[in-house]
Amino acid sequence: MLRFTLERLVGMIVTMVLVSMMVFLIMEIPPGDYADRYAFRKYSGTGIAITEADIEAIRHDFGLDKPMALRYVDWIGNIVLHGDFGQAFAFETDVTKVIGDKVWLTMAILFGTLLLTYLIAIPIGIYAAVRRASFADYGLTIFSYLGLALPNFLLALILLYFVNLWFGADIGGLFSTGMSDAPWSFAKAWDLIKHLWLPAFVLAWSAVAYQIQTIRATMSDELNKLSVTAARARGVPETKLLIKYPARLAINPVVSTIGFDVNRIFSELPIVAVVLGLTELGELLLNAYLDLDMYVAGAILLMLTFVIVLMNFISDLLLAWLDPRIKLGSN
Amino acid sequence: MADITDTCASMVTSTKGKKESAKEHKKRLKYYSASQWTLIWWRFRRHRAAMVAAAVLIFMALLGIFAEFVAPYGPTSRDTKYLDGAPQVPLFCDQNGCSWRPFVHGVSTKRDPVTLRAISVPDPEKRVYLTFFAQGEKTELLGFIPSKTHFFLLDDKRAKLHLWGTDDLGRDVFSRTIYATRTSLSIGVIGVLISFVLALIIGGVAGYAGGWVDNIIQRVTEVIRVVPIIPLYMGLAAAMPKEWSTTEVYFAMTLILGFFGWPTLARRIRSQLLSIRSEDYVVAARLAGARPLRIISQHMLPSFTSFIIVDLVISFPYMILSETALSFVGLGLRPPTVSWGVLLQQAQSVRVIEQTPWLFIPAIFVVLAVLAFTVVGDGLRDAADPYSDAR
Repeated sequence: MLRFTLERLVGMIVTMVLVSMMVFLIMEIPPGDYADRYAFRKYSGTGIAITEADIEAIRHDFGLDKPMALRYVDWIGNIVLHGDFGQAFAFETDVTKVIGDKVWLTMAILFGTLLLTYLIAIPIGIYAAVRRASFADYGLTIFSYLGLALPNFLLALILLYFVNLWFGADIGGLFSTGMSDAPWSFAKAWDLIKHLWLPAFVLAWSAVAYQIQTIRATMSDELNKLSVTAARARGVPETKLLIKYPARLAINPVVSTIGFDVNRIFSELPIVAVVLGLTELGELLLNAYLDLDMYVAGAILLMLTFVIVLMNFISDLLLAWLDPRIKLGSN
Repeated sequence: MADITDTCASMVTSTKGKKESAKEHKKRLKYYSASQWTLIWWRFRRHRAAMVAAAVLIFMALLGIFAEFVAPYGPTSRDTKYLDGAPQVPLFCDQNGCSWRPFVHGVSTKRDPVTLRAISVPDPEKRVYLTFFAQGEKTELLGFIPSKTHFFLLDDKRAKLHLWGTDDLGRDVFSRTIYATRTSLSIGVIGVLISFVLALIIGGVAGYAGGWVDNIIQRVTEVIRVVPIIPLYMGLAAAMPKEWSTTEVYFAMTLILGFFGWPTLARRIRSQLLSIRSEDYVVAARLAGARPLRIISQHMLPSFTSFIIVDLVISFPYMILSETALSFVGLGLRPPTVSWGVLLQQAQSVRVIEQTPWLFIPAIFVVLAVLAFTVVGDGLRDAADPYSDAR
């Protein structure tokens, strides 16, 4: 197990290094650099004429005139050694301050969504496999097709519309008015949980559809195994039998795709956040891109990817623990 | 004919020894001599949902291709007399009796007594008839054949028919949706083609070469798969200069979507190539002195072409959804280009959907297209599986 863990750990670190390079490249793509934008921000409208030499000076101050490889080392070095993600020029402060507690909100959404996904998908998937070719099974198949076809942001719009129609309440946002700036307290956390279900449901939508299909397929395969027949012949009660043999194995593909689910959730989060008015999350990334505030965008992209890589790592370990065959296969 | 595979599959297994009629014999011979693609087609035809979905897709594609003919008006032409107007349903009957020709009621502009907004009210006494294959706005069919013929228009040239209503600028939602269908589907097609070519090259090299080349390519693939795709697309799309023309943005978008769509397909090609690399017929070809490119294209690829096609069809929805999502938040295509995402951008808030729900119609197209591609993909997957007959 130790060797397996170490192998995966090294793999994770290599992936992270490559990812950070890619994120850095993306930050470099927009035309113009930080110095141009800094000068534009600082002096536009002040009437002070800016010369090429001034921008050159700013560039030198920030170390932007160094070759790209060196700048990458500076950037990633500051992140790893000091936790310093650079300057968020649109806010004129550190990126760390801008992102700050939004990291925890994102994680709250992520885990809320994952929990909801598995709570819905696992029992339903197992049920559909056991009651194969029943009315409920066909209904679920149609639902999961719809889950794959209806994009989350459209679902969010439709839900907002109907909630508004039926309850007349505006349920967008992550906090009630006045709560978002309040210091953290029990009341605020409860408020967050009350608002969390809608984004969590919307984000879980397609993941649930996908996972139901996977679990149903694995479960159906497992149900035909001889071990199940043998257990049935021994007279093991049906519920106990289902849980002990096929269901235990049907969980494996779910565990192995945790990383994909996190990826999907993060992928959809910025768009859904715009629709649901979760200003705390999506808009920051969106505005960072629109304003070309690339240090903020880079930091967010890097953190999201880091969480995905970490979850991949955890899912690998979990899977090896659940299904020892995998560990043997890798050695 | 449709049941030919059924009959033959059962014959193979169960009717041995029994005497068969001349007709059955002929059928069986046909089954045995049918090519791989004919068999796939026969099996696909049995999948009713997939056939319906394929029909929907073909219909949508035709709508898009002949957008200039189907759409009564241009995507940007305005009807200032009918702003935020509700859909007009062609009728055959009203309180003044029935007619063989469909008609709509004429509209007149009034002020809303409460909000004082200018609103268009149908005038039930005034009938305007529809004509088909009518002469209207000048357009260019397929982008180069000048034509004035439209599928349907109103008799009265001053009035305009808005089947699905209008937006706040008085632009016809029906026409815009038809034009958007062309843009969105074509972006999907080009994006999928680009990622297909990339996947073929990258997966081909990795799978054929193996060893350290494969290792490096696997690492890079892993990195691209691990980054959340929409935020990544957002970053690249945001980098497009603001002064780019709509055509440039369009091609940049297809490139962006295509350049990151290859990992899944490349993985599939690689693993298939790796698994058949040591098959006897491949080794034989190598010993006979065939060059790598020939071995890959002539001996290895044909053995799993059908799976590649399935994967291609399945990757369409991702392209279409990504484009829609990006345009929806204003990072993808930009007006005056119309795509489903650009159109839905107008329906971003609950208030808009409450007041002008017809702006949400393009969403139905998105869902329908994605659903159809998924169902066709499933049908193809079953059809491409050579063992599905035996079951």
